[in-house]
Amino acid sequence: MAALAQSSRPLAYPREVQAEAAASAAERLVRPAANAAPAIEILSAEKVFADGTRGLAPVDLTVREGEFLSLIGPSGCGKSTLLSLVANLNEPSDGRLLWWRGGFDGVGAEGRRMSVVFQDATLMPWLRIASNVRLPLDLAGVRRAESAPRVQAALEGVGLGEKGRSYPRQLSGGMRMRAAIARGLVTEPNLLLMDEPFGALDEFTRNKLDADLVDLWWRRSLTVLFVTHSIYEAVFLSTRIVVMAARPGRIFAELTIDEPHPRGDAFRRSPRFAEYCQRLSALLTEASLASDPATTEAGA
Amino acid sequence: MKRPLIRDSRVQAALPPLVVGVAVLSLWEGACRGFAIPEYLFPAPSVIAASLVQNGPDLLRALWSTMRVTLIAFALSTVLGTLVAFLFVQSRFIERGFFPYAVMLQVTPVVAVAPLIIILVRDTQVALVICATIIAIFPMISNTTVGLRSVDPGLANLMRVYRASRMQTLLRLRIPSALGYFFAGLRISSGLALIGAVVAEFVAGTGGRSAGLAYEILQAGFQLDIPRMFAALSLITAAGILLFLAMSGLSRLALGSWGDPERV
Repeated sequence: MAALAQSSRPLAYPREVQAEAAASAAERLVRPAANAAPAIEILSAEKVFADGTRGLAPVDLTVREGEFLSLIGPSGCGKSTLLSLVANLNEPSDGRLLWWRGGFDGVGAEGRRMSVVFQDATLMPWLRIASNVRLPLDLAGVRRAESAPRVQAALEGVGLGEKGRSYPRQLSGGMRMRAAIARGLVTEPNLLLMDEPFGALDEFTRNKLDADLVDLWWRRSLTVLFVTHSIYEAVFLSTRIVVMAARPGRIFAELTIDEPHPRGDAFRRSPRFAEYCQRLSALLTEASLASDPATTEAGA
Repeated sequence: MKRPLIRDSRVQAALPPLVVGVAVLSLWEGACRGFAIPEYLFPAPSVIAASLVQNGPDLLRALWSTMRVTLIAFALSTVLGTLVAFLFVQSRFIERGFFPYAVMLQVTPVVAVAPLIIILVRDTQVALVICATIIAIFPMISNTTVGLRSVDPGLANLMRVYRASRMQTLLRLRIPSALGYFFAGLRISSGLALIGAVVAEFVAGTGGRSAGLAYEILQAGFQLDIPRMFAALSLITAAGILLFLAMSGLSRLALGSWGDPERV
């Protein structure tokens, strides 16, 4: 009960949190190993926008294989910018990124596949669900005979096995998001990037999808980089949470969620869960204070 | 169990305009008879209908002539306009270079240019087609350009993440995204092609080069055959409505299954 014992102590700072986590990891089954190979290395990546604002101060972050890493922070902290750098939709103004210890050109090879699930489902309204899910395979030139069973398997994996012939507008928001996840998984990625994928959904649907996602991550040995606004979601899903602060966007603190998988509703209702949420909430409050223009300008 | 006819939604939709139409026509007919308005001033609907039947063969021949010009001009604007739009989205330089001239084409009244074209081009039919195309091509260019550019940024990012080539992005994302705008352009352009054809015919007609329904209207005017004028006019309107309905139907046929918010 290492986590509970810490509740009376003052707020732990990143290094200490990590050290404590590492100590308790020896006692439990927690993935991933701290020495797992890096999937993504962000090396002093900085982003300055055209208008001169610093979206990201130099950021260093390593996402290790098998991790479920969440980025959380006040708006404007650059978490989505960071994700877009990893997705190579954006280039850092300075610094660099490594994907599996190499350049972006190597991404897509066996064992180095990456998928992105965006904030919206971003389905093509003119295609049926199955065709939407098949899109990444079509673009890669996979033959229909080979792609059809994979699409069906991906759809069944998210509980949409019967919906392949529907159009996106015929599905609910939650189902559309599931279809987007199926599209993300159909390429059998090693790394899944998710930018607040369930932000627009109601609490109930969101919890359900969270549970499915964490299950999927566990079964498929995925590496996930997940952007969220929700403390509960971050604690429930993640093996590690990176708290970011704004003006300029930077990493403020880290929190390791030292809890065995697979996690279920029991964890959600446990006192440990509440404890993690409280600590994360406290860190977020601090991060918000550190992001306040008044305090940062006074400090600078 | 069959529902009563009056409750059928299609009947309900068609009923109000039908009632208004019949009411206006009866009022018109009644007023013409009641006040004994001479038919060379303002003919009653029945007189116009009679004239339509009486001059049927001539008017239909004229209608065919007008429609031929309209359809050729419409087809030309569709093909050329779409090609130009594709060129525009290929590079900003091309668009910046040519767009002002496309606007110039649009804002110059075709009535003002038509005499010049009719003098320059020996073949009247070709001259008419050129005039109508000048009017009809602009909505095709601008709508298709906007459509090709109106790509959902999320979907564009998706294509980039999966490393789609330029061609794949064009075929799988840009063209389908543009279809709604393209069909809206078709509806506008088809109407404008008809207007362009009629206007050009007027100009050609005043120059003594006969063609089409506008020429019929001009001739009827010279002869003070006002019912025949109205009859020709009603044919032009009918042709316009038919074109619009055809384009709406085509658009529904093509986009119907996607739930496109722009569909009519």
